[in-house]
Amino acid sequence: MSTSQLLIIALVLAALAFFAGRARAWAVAGESGGIRSLHSLPIHHGAMVALWCLLPALVVIVGWKLIEPAYISAVVADTVPAEVSAKGRQNVSLYRNEVENLAADGDVSDVTDEGKRLLGERLIAQRSSSRIALSLLVIAIALGGAAFAYRKIAVPMRARHSVEGAVRFLLVSSASIAILTTLGIVLSVLFESMRFFQQVNFVEFVTGTSWSPQTAIRADQIGSSGSFGAIPLFTGTLLISAIALLVAVPFGLMSAIYLAEYASPRVRNIAKPLLEILAGIPTVVYGFFAALTVAPAMRDFGQMIGLSVSSESALAAGMVMGIMIIPFVSSLSDDVITAVPQAMRDGSYALGSTQSETVRKVVIPAALPGIVGGVLLAASRAIGETMIVVMAAGLAANLTANPLEAVTTVTVQIVTLLTGDQEFDSAKTLAAFALGLMLFVVTLVLNVVALYVVRRYREQYE
Amino acid sequence: MIHSMSTTTISDILTPPVHPTGLNGEEQMDTAFDDIKGTVGTQTVDDPKMSAHGVDVFYGDKQAIFDVSLDIGNNEVIAMIGPSGCGKSTFLRCLNRMNDTIPTCRVSGSMSLDGQDLYDPSLDPVLLRARVGMVFQKPNPFAKSIYDNVAYGPRIHGLAGNRAELDDIVTESLKRAGLFDEVKDRLDSPGTGLSGGQQQRLCIARTIAVSPEVILMDEPCSALDPIATARIEELIDELRQNYAIAIVTHSMQQAARVSQRTAYFHLGKLVEVDDTNSVFTNPQHELTENYITGRFG
Ligand SMILES: Nc1ncnc2c1ncn2[C@@H]1O[C@H](COP(=O)(O)OP(=O)(O)OP(=O)(O)O)[C@@H](O)[C@H]1O
Ligand SMILES: [Mg+2]
Repeated sequence: MSTSQLLIIALVLAALAFFAGRARAWAVAGESGGIRSLHSLPIHHGAMVALWCLLPALVVIVGWKLIEPAYISAVVADTVPAEVSAKGRQNVSLYRNEVENLAADGDVSDVTDEGKRLLGERLIAQRSSSRIALSLLVIAIALGGAAFAYRKIAVPMRARHSVEGAVRFLLVSSASIAILTTLGIVLSVLFESMRFFQQVNFVEFVTGTSWSPQTAIRADQIGSSGSFGAIPLFTGTLLISAIALLVAVPFGLMSAIYLAEYASPRVRNIAKPLLEILAGIPTVVYGFFAALTVAPAMRDFGQMIGLSVSSESALAAGMVMGIMIIPFVSSLSDDVITAVPQAMRDGSYALGSTQSETVRKVVIPAALPGIVGGVLLAASRAIGETMIVVMAAGLAANLTANPLEAVTTVTVQIVTLLTGDQEFDSAKTLAAFALGLMLFVVTLVLNVVALYVVRRYREQYE
Repeated sequence: MIHSMSTTTISDILTPPVHPTGLNGEEQMDTAFDDIKGTVGTQTVDDPKMSAHGVDVFYGDKQAIFDVSLDIGNNEVIAMIGPSGCGKSTFLRCLNRMNDTIPTCRVSGSMSLDGQDLYDPSLDPVLLRARVGMVFQKPNPFAKSIYDNVAYGPRIHGLAGNRAELDDIVTESLKRAGLFDEVKDRLDSPGTGLSGGQQQRLCIARTIAVSPEVILMDEPCSALDPIATARIEELIDELRQNYAIAIVTHSMQQAARVSQRTAYFHLGKLVEVDDTNSVFTNPQHELTENYITGRFG
């Protein structure tokens, strides 16, 4: 039986065990004066029997699969021809691999090489006997576990505690998977970055003002030693994010106020989803829009009024990005504004204030923590955004605060560093990890600050 | 069913007589309710500040107030009593058009302040509410500091020329509401962080800070201890010298203590209104009598 078949069998057995356990609990209850005399409900007893059936079987399957390869290779080691083993371990494993491939379809009778065929046959035989042994073992353990738990069913049996414990364990492990994945990502980025900082000075990286990551490919090349000063990238990112927020915060906030306070329910029901569609447009489409429509229009307009606007500018990218993140600001703000209790507005109206006074002086202050949260979410979205800037902001690492010039951002550089054929341990590619790490740290700090601000404010006004 | 009864004394009220018919309270209420033809007592006063005439209020299709006519006199405290859900808050909210904020609510009939029609399209409800203040049933402080809660009204109406004047208004209002001593060290802390009873007094202070001509109070003492209640009742008495006040209360003693006239509402109808003294000692309507003697409601 294959592993997946075995899993299905274990599950079926567990289901049967559940029903059997539940039935037995009912029976026990019937003998001893009704359901209320049991410590745990029949369903808990059933679940406990099922868990006893399933979990040990799963542990055995996983454990077996972990040790099986080592075991089989130890068993078949003597079948490897002596002249191959004599040439060292590297050779043995190459030879094994070759035979594995031949034996993959379960039939080696057509292999001409005598040694390979023999090894292949042994491998196949070992595999199938291992499989049979595992199947028998798993079924035996599943039945044994179920029988053990089944016999334990009794009036005072604390099945509920075991089941709750198992549920809790399941939840904890799901939560840990997310945390562990994050940790894994951070660590892998961290290690690659450390390799980068062995080649490039950390201080130079964070304070340098010139970015040109082309390193010499051949030793005799000159003039391209590469300089890795990340400042221009971070100023580019900040410039574009700032422009985006300058667009998104006023427009998002005002549309949220309109939708929540002024719009009739009909308008609101139509306009809110429409606004949220903005968030569903793929960023690459925004990229086209920025590069093909907004940037040229801006250049033409600049020429008209006598300004030189480069055809790829921070302004075009930032504005389009701002439009993209409007829904983050507006949707979240709308939710928190709607959540401000009507009684608070009534209090303001009853003092003789107008609607706009009420909105400005009562509703917005009450909703501020949530609004700040929405803005910060939009900000981290802007900082991490890649596609629009790749297409509309350019690649030139200019250190400038002029939004009419081309700039580049951290994310754009990461993309250009890693696309194409690259040697994976050159300073150039490793720089991408260092940039990623820095970006991660910046957004992390931003989030921590945001949380702190929001929490301070909450404490004050709740 | 108007009683043609002679006199009732307070002691009669305290020892409720056994009802002769022996019906249970529910059935009595229905038969009596069918008989509410109009309002018993004197609905008008000589010198009305506000007056309502033939007011009906609907929430959607459901009618909450039926043909209520009532005057509120100058320098008068009128108490509104009645079982829960009988429409006291609804009627009160009509008087400063707070019902405008409830989309399903519809008001018909006429209401006026100093003879001016409240529902006249040319009347600005914002100005009306500055003149007719309201303390809500549930305390609703703003998410602002205690100081800013009270200063909010004076600020939007430009009542204070400078910071010192504003400080005076805030301090004075808090003192009159009997809250100042408890909060004088923490005027900067949030109003929402106060206890329920403190919030209630904060909302009273906030309302009197704009010196409205009429004050509508919806159970202003429901969360207050006897001492704070006494302080608010004193305040009401004080305010009466210059203002007109309508107060909803579930405490018969409070109604008797603070009001000159009392109106008894029942299932959306105004059953009886008269001098407080005569309503409590000599109720004319059976429903009123049943309510104040504690037989139901
Ligand atoms: N916003 C609303 N929408 C629909 N119906 C309402 C609304 N507000 C009140 N009502 C209904 O109108 C009737 C009168 O309510 P109201 O709040 O005026 O009673 P009340 O006399 O103030 O009661 P209480 O003493 O409990 O405060 C009730 O039947 C209530 O269900
Ligand atoms: Mg009420």
